[in-house]
Amino acid sequence: MTFNLTVSPDFAPDHISGWYFFNTWLQRQLETGIHLELYDSFEAQRNDIRADKFDLIYANPYDASMLVRELGFQAIARPASKSDETVIAVNAESGFQTVEDLKAGARIATTDDPDVHTMGMIMLESADLDKSNTEIKEHSSYIVVAKNLLNGGADAGFFLKEAYDEMSDLIRSKMRVLVSSQISVVHHSLLVGPRMAEYIPAIQQAMLTMQDNEKGKSVLESMDVSHWEPMDSEQTEFMIDLIDTLID
Amino acid sequence: MSEQDTGEVRNVEIKYFDGTARTAAITDREVPYPDGKLIVSRTDPQGIITHANQAFIDMSGYSEEELIGINHYILRHPDMPAIAFKGLWDTIDQGTKWNGYVKNLRKDGAYYWVKATVIPNIRNGKLVGYTSVRRKPSRSKIEESEALYKTLLAEE
Repeated sequence: MTFNLTVSPDFAPDHISGWYFFNTWLQRQLETGIHLELYDSFEAQRNDIRADKFDLIYANPYDASMLVRELGFQAIARPASKSDETVIAVNAESGFQTVEDLKAGARIATTDDPDVHTMGMIMLESADLDKSNTEIKEHSSYIVVAKNLLNGGADAGFFLKEAYDEMSDLIRSKMRVLVSSQISVVHHSLLVGPRMAEYIPAIQQAMLTMQDNEKGKSVLESMDVSHWEPMDSEQTEFMIDLIDTLID
Repeated sequence: MSEQDTGEVRNVEIKYFDGTARTAAITDREVPYPDGKLIVSRTDPQGIITHANQAFIDMSGYSEEELIGINHYILRHPDMPAIAFKGLWDTIDQGTKWNGYVKNLRKDGAYYWVKATVIPNIRNGKLVGYTSVRRKPSRSKIEESEALYKTLLAEE
């Protein structure tokens, strides 16, 4: 039987090959076939997840909630010291110095990344801004969000902090961070679906020790992950509860 | 900091729903909510704190050791009307999410405003506690809440 793996579309494009290396490595460890499918769009991926297409998912925290509570997935590992934080940035030459400087009618550039969008909107609340009094435009990638800030098409943009930090120095020098979230307990995780549940001990064992051998270490490096940390069900439930408090 | 802050200190007896009370030195000084942070805590079903994140420790002024094991009502500011918390408990007792604006009391007697969300933690169909997440409120919501709570408090 061949299982199916997918990865939340918000990973940095530089690490696409890392996920292919990871998949090859994992197939060897488990001695079973796994097909990796990547998506550009969160929505398209979510539709296929709901259609029960996947057995193994590296998910953002928002989707983890659906996977655990509705589809019976189990989170087994998270990348060490990597939490999902959101940045609200503006054009470096704009007059906006704080979030509260943004007023009703502000033009917001965002993506379909559910965590980043949710957190971005939460950080606008202190300026009395919400979807009813802002112009929100969804773009295909963080690069397009940045472009809109640079060309004056938007007043503020939402970014996954990791994606913002990995943009070129030139682009970043033309933007300025208004606020950056510091939540630290919300992060991506690798989840295993019911069809693959019998493999959980083997996957966990392999992933938690992969930094100890040369092959595993080089795969981790290509994904920009230092090592994996285990996740138990209570840690997962805690994160999902937290996400639930943030969704209206 | 609120423009109305006087920095005045007053000793106030705060009575809790369980019949206990304490006298606290209340300082009329607002500590601004830090940008980008979420204050996160968890309690058991009785309201006893079981988890506090760093932002909670920083903003409340208590150490983690002081917070874990005490009732969440230690943060209750005397300017908060009891009815606001009744609304909270009535909502979460029904298993639903509660949202509201709360003036919290710090250990040093100063205060900070939050937009709070509390949800029941259900595991295998059983209530095991509550998660509370607080975020930065807007100044206009603080002003609305101040006026409302003043009226409600006067009626108590």
